[in-house]
Amino acid sequence: MIELILVLAIPLTTSLVLAFIGHRAYAATINIAGSLLTFLAAASLTNRVVRFGPMNLLDEQFFVDPLNVFLIALTALVGFTTSVFSRPYMRVEHDHGRLSAGRLRLYHSMFQMFMCTMLLALSTNNIGILWVAMEAATLTTVLLVALYRTPESLEAAWKYFILCGVGIAQALFGTILIYFAAEQVFGHTQGAMLWTHLFAYRTELEPTVLSLAFVFMIVGYGTKTGLVPLHNWLPDAHAEGPTPVSAVLSGLLLNVALYAIIRCKVLVDGALETHFAGNLMMGFGLLTVVVPSFYLSRQKDVKRLFGYSSIEHMGLITFAFGMGGGVASFAGLLHMTVHSLTKSAIFFAVGHAAQMAGTQVIDDIKGLIKRSPTIGWGLMLGTLAILGMPPFGVFTSEFMILTTAIKHYPWATPILLTALGVAFAAMFSKVQGMAFGESTVRPLAHNPALLPVFLHLGLVLMLGLWIPTYLNEWFRQAARMVG
Amino acid sequence: MFGLSLPETLNSQLINLCAAIMLLLGFAMLAQRRILSLINLFMLQGLVLFISTFIVAYTTRQNHLYISAGLTLTLKVIALPYILHRLIRKLSVKWDVETIINIPTTMLAGIALVVIAFNVAQPISLLSGTIMRATIGIALACVLLSFLMMITRSKAVPQVIAFLAMENGLFFAATSATYGMPMVVELGIALDVMVGMVIFGVFFFQIRQQFDSLDIRHMERFKE
Repeated sequence: MIELILVLAIPLTTSLVLAFIGHRAYAATINIAGSLLTFLAAASLTNRVVRFGPMNLLDEQFFVDPLNVFLIALTALVGFTTSVFSRPYMRVEHDHGRLSAGRLRLYHSMFQMFMCTMLLALSTNNIGILWVAMEAATLTTVLLVALYRTPESLEAAWKYFILCGVGIAQALFGTILIYFAAEQVFGHTQGAMLWTHLFAYRTELEPTVLSLAFVFMIVGYGTKTGLVPLHNWLPDAHAEGPTPVSAVLSGLLLNVALYAIIRCKVLVDGALETHFAGNLMMGFGLLTVVVPSFYLSRQKDVKRLFGYSSIEHMGLITFAFGMGGGVASFAGLLHMTVHSLTKSAIFFAVGHAAQMAGTQVIDDIKGLIKRSPTIGWGLMLGTLAILGMPPFGVFTSEFMILTTAIKHYPWATPILLTALGVAFAAMFSKVQGMAFGESTVRPLAHNPALLPVFLHLGLVLMLGLWIPTYLNEWFRQAARMVG
Repeated sequence: MFGLSLPETLNSQLINLCAAIMLLLGFAMLAQRRILSLINLFMLQGLVLFISTFIVAYTTRQNHLYISAGLTLTLKVIALPYILHRLIRKLSVKWDVETIINIPTTMLAGIALVVIAFNVAQPISLLSGTIMRATIGIALACVLLSFLMMITRSKAVPQVIAFLAMENGLFFAATSATYGMPMVVELGIALDVMVGMVIFGVFFFQIRQQFDSLDIRHMERFKE
């Protein structure tokens, strides 16, 4: 129990401390220290859950099982590596005069607050608090996306704010509907909003209300996940925010929103004993894989390019969970992990590449490998990994998703394969141009922190070659819960 | 649960009256061209929401609903309209609201939305054991009308008012269908709305500074 309190309290405290001293030179170090402590607490919480099974905490307000503890650990890990990356990155931005000291303070404080809201959304048992935490996460990231205060970043933040605000309002209506259905069973008590209670009595809940609620939920949280046709905010927010923010948006926030949908799916399909929620997720997922893959080749901004790639992968994961069953859910969880590790590694490399070139325009970045082999190869390997090349972990999970699709939904396989092929062609040629050739970029003033890039890629490579036994068991447990 | 001092029918009639006024105000906002009147209409909607929450609290003896009603009163009837008025004065914008689609067309679309909302809400209303059977359809209609308003307005302030009106509709749904959500959740939502409003306020100034206008149509750099 103490671990969970620490997981939530450390980022909150760090955020409050950084709200006062976030502009000092040592603020970035405090940011790293806070994230490291959060990660250690999360690791210890994970250890406990894997060993002793799910647990309810603090009067059942919090609930930790293998499914969400896996995301808590992932969130804390990527949060930590991002804070390591952000130290030299933000220093360069500050030196270039793009950020004042006050903005830096806002950035540090909001980064930790954002981590706190995500961890709260993941660990809470109350579907109302889940909504509140998701909305709070939106608000903190709006401030982060608008950090540079350029016209473009303001536009991106406004679009993000309005679209996700509308989306999340739909999710609130869905939450009210679920509460309404639960109230018929539990009466007017706290318990009617607790997920564990809802799940235990799922067969007694009114099916029509639940299915209607799920439609609102998938539209609402789907906006935040970036499901087509509600994805419009995502590429802009990724392109205009500072790169560490793009990394945590892609790597973490999308996962958390998807987690909310998965929880609802488990509840609704459990209650309906049909495949209604799963089918809806498959439909949205398939659309979300296909549409962005055709936008990829038209992108000129490197961060927008990878933003679209994130949408595509979210679609693939949604599709996997929509299919359901042991293998597909396992693959979905694995893909969530490897996507978030790979994509954040790519954004780390892209961030430094853009700083070296002084621009985010793909055509103006050339010959990265010649000037800085680590950044260049980091970007190249990361791109190969995200495109699903063996032996990286993305290949494993995509292979599992495709084979399950062949077995149960053969009609979907050619659509998925075409989309993945188109994405490969578009992205590979663009990144190749950036990595190789004569160099046009300048070296950086501060040494970049590239350990996170290769740590992430190393983990993804390991997951592609060999999944450790305990991790395997853990994923299996989680996949069984998703069903 | 229904320990009443007033006859139950009177209370439920009063709440149905509130629901009807909510819907009427939703349409009035949709048709309103002037920004100051829009803020006043939003304030009225908050007031109606407060009254209906108060009546439900009184009828059902749910004490936490009094707190919820109090929150509505302070936040949506007093604080937010005050902040909006101040913002308008500071930004010295008193222009008419421009709509992207003309108003009669918007109203027709609004009527269609209400029909859809009632159809969607029908299975839920049948189940509702609360004193306010018909109101959930109206609440959903209010949410959809605000949604429509958000799409058809091109300036930042009306978009925000539409966003807040949507929140009103959602709260009305929560009180009418379920006698309000647990306290901790309502407090959290109120906090989010408040923080969101502050950020909106900051944004207004930033957007004006950068674009010399609060017209969202100036922000069209990201055309695909």
